[in-house]
Amino acid sequence: MICIFNFLTKRSRLLVFILFFVNFTSYAQQVIKGTVNSKSDGSSLPGVSITIKGTTFGTSTNTEGKYSLSVPSESSILIITYLGFNTQEVNVAGRNNINIQLVESASALDEVVVIGYGSIQRKDITGAVSTVTSKDFQKGNITTPEQLIVGKVAGVSITSNSGAPGSGSTIRIRGGASLSASNSPLIVIDGVPLSNDNISGATNPLSLINANDIETFTILKDAAATAIYGSRASNGVVLITTRKGSSGAPQISFSSQSSMFNSGETTDVLTAEQFRTYVNANGTAAQIAQLGSSDTNWSDEIFRTAVGSDNNLSVSGTFKNIPYRISGGFLGQKGVLFTDVLERTSGSIRINPSLFKKTLKIDLNLKVSSSNSRFAYQNAIGAAASFDPTQSVTATNDFGNYFEWTTTVNGITTLNPNATKNPYAMLALRNDRSDVKRTYGNIQFDYQIPLIKGLRANLNLGYDYSDGSGNTYVPAEAASNFSVEGLDNDYKQTNYNKVGEFYLNYSKEFKQIKSDLNLTAGYGYYDFLNTTYNYPKYNGYHDLVAGSNPLFEFDKPQYTLISYYARAIYTFDSKYTLATSVRTDGSSKFASENRWSVFPSIAFTWKAKQENFLKNADKLSDLKLRLSYGVTGQQDGIPYYSYLPVYSASVPVASYQFGNKFYGMYAPNAYDSSIKWEQTATYNTGIDFGFFNNRISGSLDIYYKKTKDLLNSIPSPLGSNFTNQITTNVGDLENKGIEFAINVNPIKSKKLSWDIGFNITYNENKITRLTAVDDPSYAGAATGSISGGIGQTIQINSVGYNTNSFYVYKQIYGQDGKPLEGVYADLNEDNIINQSDLYHYKSSAPKFFFGFNTQLNYNKFSLSSVLRANVGNYVYDNVSASLGVKSNILNPAGFLGNTTQAIYETGFTNNQYLSDYYIQNASFLRMDNLSLGYNFGNIFKGKTVSLNINATCQNVFVITKYKGVDPEIFSGIDNNFYPRPTIFGLGANLNF
Amino acid sequence: MVFTFTFSACEKDLDREPTNNSTADITYKDLAGYKQVLAKVYGSFALTGNGGPDASVGDVAGIDQGASDFLRLFWNLQELTTDEAAIVWNDPGLQDLHSMNWTSSNVLMRGLYSRSLYQITLCNEFIRETEDAKVSARGITDNDAVEIKNFRNEARFLRAFQYWVLMDLFGNPPFVTEDSPIGKFTPEQISRADLFTYIESELKAIETTLVSPRTNEYGRADQAAAWALLARIYLNAEVYLGQGQGKNTEAILYAQKVISSSYSLNPNYRNLFKGDNDLNNTETILSINYDGISSQNWGGTTYLVNAAVSAAMGPSTFGVPNGGWAGMRATKNLPQLFADQTGNTDKRAMFVGNKIEMDDIKVFTDGFAVSKFTNITTSGEIPSSANGVFVSTDFPLFRLAEMHLIYAEAVKRGGAGGADATALQYINLLRSRAYGNTTGNLVTLTLDNILNERGRELYWEGFRRTDLIRFGKFTSADYLWPWKGNTLAGKGVEDYRNLYPIPSADLIANPNLEQNLGY
Repeated sequence: MICIFNFLTKRSRLLVFILFFVNFTSYAQQVIKGTVNSKSDGSSLPGVSITIKGTTFGTSTNTEGKYSLSVPSESSILIITYLGFNTQEVNVAGRNNINIQLVESASALDEVVVIGYGSIQRKDITGAVSTVTSKDFQKGNITTPEQLIVGKVAGVSITSNSGAPGSGSTIRIRGGASLSASNSPLIVIDGVPLSNDNISGATNPLSLINANDIETFTILKDAAATAIYGSRASNGVVLITTRKGSSGAPQISFSSQSSMFNSGETTDVLTAEQFRTYVNANGTAAQIAQLGSSDTNWSDEIFRTAVGSDNNLSVSGTFKNIPYRISGGFLGQKGVLFTDVLERTSGSIRINPSLFKKTLKIDLNLKVSSSNSRFAYQNAIGAAASFDPTQSVTATNDFGNYFEWTTTVNGITTLNPNATKNPYAMLALRNDRSDVKRTYGNIQFDYQIPLIKGLRANLNLGYDYSDGSGNTYVPAEAASNFSVEGLDNDYKQTNYNKVGEFYLNYSKEFKQIKSDLNLTAGYGYYDFLNTTYNYPKYNGYHDLVAGSNPLFEFDKPQYTLISYYARAIYTFDSKYTLATSVRTDGSSKFASENRWSVFPSIAFTWKAKQENFLKNADKLSDLKLRLSYGVTGQQDGIPYYSYLPVYSASVPVASYQFGNKFYGMYAPNAYDSSIKWEQTATYNTGIDFGFFNNRISGSLDIYYKKTKDLLNSIPSPLGSNFTNQITTNVGDLENKGIEFAINVNPIKSKKLSWDIGFNITYNENKITRLTAVDDPSYAGAATGSISGGIGQTIQINSVGYNTNSFYVYKQIYGQDGKPLEGVYADLNEDNIINQSDLYHYKSSAPKFFFGFNTQLNYNKFSLSSVLRANVGNYVYDNVSASLGVKSNILNPAGFLGNTTQAIYETGFTNNQYLSDYYIQNASFLRMDNLSLGYNFGNIFKGKTVSLNINATCQNVFVITKYKGVDPEIFSGIDNNFYPRPTIFGLGANLNF
Repeated sequence: MVFTFTFSACEKDLDREPTNNSTADITYKDLAGYKQVLAKVYGSFALTGNGGPDASVGDVAGIDQGASDFLRLFWNLQELTTDEAAIVWNDPGLQDLHSMNWTSSNVLMRGLYSRSLYQITLCNEFIRETEDAKVSARGITDNDAVEIKNFRNEARFLRAFQYWVLMDLFGNPPFVTEDSPIGKFTPEQISRADLFTYIESELKAIETTLVSPRTNEYGRADQAAAWALLARIYLNAEVYLGQGQGKNTEAILYAQKVISSSYSLNPNYRNLFKGDNDLNNTETILSINYDGISSQNWGGTTYLVNAAVSAAMGPSTFGVPNGGWAGMRATKNLPQLFADQTGNTDKRAMFVGNKIEMDDIKVFTDGFAVSKFTNITTSGEIPSSANGVFVSTDFPLFRLAEMHLIYAEAVKRGGAGGADATALQYINLLRSRAYGNTTGNLVTLTLDNILNERGRELYWEGFRRTDLIRFGKFTSADYLWPWKGNTLAGKGVEDYRNLYPIPSADLIANPNLEQNLGY
């Protein structure tokens, strides 16, 4: 009866009712109420979990920190747990009203951190591990998860690839360990390692993951932390956990973010007036006659102010003893480049039932998303920079009525094939749409094996399936594809990855010998199947393009990894920890004799603070020293079957004529039967510290990474294989660096608190061996394609230098300080200026990078900001190198082209692509984020509905000497970069 | 126990195989399979790879794929380094050719060297797979087995041809035959003289077993091809073997064999370079075949047609309505070989332009454009093309006219077995075809006449560098052209540039190799 009453009168009791009902248990009821506060500043704590010891019953505090709970007896004990605070136990002792003050855990040392195959308390971590939780995430418009932690972690550089909606990022942990293979870290979501494979129709596979579902990021940096992931861990590991159900009454959370995107800076080209003046002064009569009468700012024509919104709804709670969380989100965003659109719908379910008296915990996790995109044709950006500003956007002609350059010979007017195409038409007359669906999830069983205390078995089964398809349509009249009468092409690809893992864990404390032992041993099976469908091509009239019928309907590349792993962590006296792990991986990418490799690690940790001589040093709250060594491997980026000698058929358009018939060509493929794992040895030493009750805390790490058997695409001895260049294991690469992170909490009171985080990373990267034979005449492997000249490159990988160093001529300057056209230093002094005079000059990789975060809370206001800086990174201004010359403005191919202001500085007639003049210092300071929030608290009297609003500006400013559009370009080659917009956002969070 | 069983069963999953590729035994299961590999053995000097024109990966790496085919590279190295052509573009290494200041890092040189050796390696593989024992083990007998023998001889011819390319341009390449393994091994270097002997012996071994002249399918080598290549290497023997080692007598013998065969001069010179030159062609002995639909490629004759034409010239007049890349044109030395540059008398003069002087090498209209190769058919049509850029014009690697010139030159150089009168007659056959009558016929013949005649007859067909070297005019200051040695007036350069360097990329890959002198 009471239960029914409770149900009818107070929703919060529903849960209690159900729990009791389900358990068929009756108790003497007693209801207790209270508030949970933080001891340090007195603020109320919402979402604190309160459970009754020895049972599965509990609740959590509301937004004002209040709770109420029925307890079975007067002597029940409450367990109060909250992330970042010490867990407390409180004896009810017959009281009806219990207010609880929680003490913040020492720099969250007790917080549980996920590691490979398990989780441990932060204080027990032996490797270089950084965690970012949701409260520290970047705020505002976040379309892709990695953007949440930009600038937050020392040693991790995250560079967004462009300003396009949903565009991915280049993530580098400690500089990357490879050249030809992948440098991207392994990403593991809720225990499911994802593949780095892209999917057709998505700019970035991570953009299919809703950032709002994410709770924490854990970055594993040194080998002690990553070696358990063995072969896939050389570039570090990013562990992502998503939100789980909370205990207690259903909590509904709704968040809405509206954003406005300003295109920001665009290429600084000549105005129509400047352009006219230049052409009139320098052009021939025919060229002057080509000038138009308009005044068109082509960047304004193709860029726009765009809007976007992101709405998310989640419900979490416990249903019939089963914690759950359900969420849904809809994101709609237009790009600043005309026609760019991204729409994503996502949903997730997570339930965490426990069975058999909590000995079997089940974690079921299911995420789905669907994104519809329209991709703008990004070549329009370059075309806008170089299109004649005196021409109008539209005209009356055969090219969709957009102005285009034509030539007239013998009275016949045709499109000038070499001229720049109208940038607006490139966008308007192209419809490139994609539809990508992705679902991933896993079910994890964690079973406490009876009879053997401390032994549990864990089975994790996961999948990741994505299906991307799309169509690109360009009408026949569009100048961009005029020669082929337009396009109407379909594409489709699916990725299906499976994960199966099983491990046993045994954890036991041996009190009499002051020892803790934690043993893990397991097995993993990972399978990656990618299906690419081949379709015939059609033109804009939907006529079949001759010769485009595919030979094969589809291709299904597949590879499989199998792993066995074990780890032992031994702790003596809570002070000394020795951890060791070993993993052996087998990959289908290698021949059976090279298939398996072993990746060991060992680490030692000394918790100095626990020593007697420091125990009483009360200003020092934490001191820990870490030492580690380990070997990890790499096989990502290696072709799937490159060890196998096989023949492959040619596409129909690559046939050869004998007589009057065409024959498809069967060719033996190049292969390297001895290809094997790339291995990286990492040495790390680190120190974690805290002072003044951890009001100041931080860590310092020094690392040295050496990669051997580097997979490198190197010249193959001609005549020995079916290629002149083969990817094989040769070469060494080293990265060494220092990372320092510090968090300071200078003010901490009930009304006012201030947090500051700062991190700095120094990384030095050097290639130490590149080829089987040393020959000084070999400069290295050219890389970094630029626009201008077919196959022209600007960077090189050479022994003794940073990867991707620029490789250029040394410009000679005149007395007026202007560069002299085509005059370069004769560096080898042979009186000939040729390729032997190229030299290594700087690199795109910053020597130092910094991150700075701060948050100020005053009453209900909060103000936060993130700033980042890179120092010592250089960028090649490909835009000025291409456009900033007379022959581009007065193009001999019969049209006029605009240029950057660089023309006034150089006065060059012809392109000087390889001059170091165009390599510029691109060090920068950027304010990523400035955010102001106001917490209204409870907005309805007597009801627990709280409201939080915030105003955010992203990409607030950039300070740099670099003259191009944006100094932050990972590749170091600025070739018509899609500008990162400045984003103004307004958001609201409603919880009830 | 259960787990162990499951795990080891799973380990079988590590043996993954590609979906659409096949093993050698499946590929070579019948004659049709052999012929498709033969298509590759030939096609590798026409196309960039198996993936079509826009694939990111082709047979040869380290160079832009569109520029990685044999002809474009061979042509650049044989023509752009001479008076016959200069180019306006900035592609890596391209300007260094005409400036004659290349280094061993030049990507175009590495490209051609790699392309030639790639084709040789393919030939070796094909020769291994066409051994009698292997063919019969695969159950192929009778006529099919005989046809495969022909395939095998043709592969030996193509290998000899590519070794000639290497011998001529690079001198001392690595040497591999069907006995060389595939995999981790470093081939030995062969000297230019030893390579000469090898090419000669190979050609002599197959000159009787190849099919008779003009009895093979179009696009495949016959006995005349082997004779033509022998004639060519004999004419240049002094360059390859050293002074006094000339083999002009042999050159006369083999040139005459071709002339006496069933090949005959095409009555219309200009038709030899048109879009339908695969039809009714009695003169071309072996060609590289292209097609605007089925053999698409950004190099080859697509390059020769498009890069020779600018948009202002009206590309559709040349059969490439959407092309016209404005790349290379002749220095004044080439048109000046003709008394009348209009083409009205000597029809071989095919030039377009208003300014013969090349004041600026980067300006396409400085110097005369060359309209020799077009994609127009003899009836004035444009063959089907995927994009109005790819052409269907085939490129003659060997044609009868060259044999006339070899015969004449070998006679003038003192070879035995020929006659002055015949030499003059052979030259005049070419001239009267060019003029349409006998008004242009010569009455006497000197060696310089022959070099100039070669210029007029064979320009832009990939002979010029070899010819200038044979006449001692390639590097010396005796013969100059605009921008030779990177000066407008032209100047001599170091003699070691008569040979291209072994690409540094192969030097580091193969420690057995020694760099050519001077580099």
